[in-house]
Amino acid sequence: MTDQEHIQCRELLGSLSDYIDGTLGEQLCREIERHMSECHNCRVVVDTLRKTIHLYHQTAGPADLPNSVRERLFRTLHLDEFIR
Amino acid sequence: MNETSTPPISLEALRAGDRQEFARLVDVYSPLIYRLALKMVGDEQDAEDVLQNTFLQAFRHLNEFEGRSHLSTWLYRIAANEALMLLRKRRPETSLTDSLPEEEPLEEPAEFTDWCCLPEEELLSAEGRARLDESIRLLPETLRVVFLLRDIEGLSIQETSQALGLSETAVKTRLLRARLKLRDLLSAYYSERLTIKDESHD
Repeated sequence: MTDQEHIQCRELLGSLSDYIDGTLGEQLCREIERHMSECHNCRVVVDTLRKTIHLYHQTAGPADLPNSVRERLFRTLHLDEFIR
Repeated sequence: MNETSTPPISLEALRAGDRQEFARLVDVYSPLIYRLALKMVGDEQDAEDVLQNTFLQAFRHLNEFEGRSHLSTWLYRIAANEALMLLRKRRPETSLTDSLPEEEPLEEPAEFTDWCCLPEEELLSAEGRARLDESIRLLPETLRVVFLLRDIEGLSIQETSQALGLSETAVKTRLLRARLKLRDLLSAYYSERLTIKDESHD
């Protein structure tokens, strides 16, 4: 592989979100994977970045609104008759 | 987003002043808006203000909603603006044009410990979850709002760009910066957990 073909860590950084979201072109994906097979730090960055996003998705869960907050919201909007 | 279990909100009914339909709109979207607000401003009372102002604004400006985006995206847009305004009131010295994140060079990762092998119950322990929330609060607000809409609320890049009035390129750049920053913050914490775990095994 020539130096030009060798994707640099810094260039890889700019494509990481698209790579993890699966929206990056096939060619670039292959370049990233080739680079990761040779670069330990980049592999760790990609793995821990993917894990970071996964953890946030895990914690997002269903949204919840406390009853007292809902009640005050309905009163503010003059929707009192719809408070169950 | 959970919009499938009940019939879709009727924009026509809302515009005709149907109060029951407006109450339904509030019930469908208020939990999502409250979560966004709480994670944006980090304080229950302020989040409630953002929530109430969002629906007051929505009620007032319903006729200006043209239906070019989802109702949810429109509500997120109002909520994001309300939250950002509140945060700027808290710190009036920052201006809207201060340091556009996409104009600064991308900060390179500083942590290279692989903590992925930590068990999920350790990663998502009460302390771990608190650290996840705290890390979001450490993001600059312009990055925080993009991360929350995309990775917590699950909006697409296009919807996030509509909600924030930003180009899709700007959304992608800010999202990447937010994610990398969070990775660095969490890596510092989880690496420490990894060391403690290793030492306890020795």
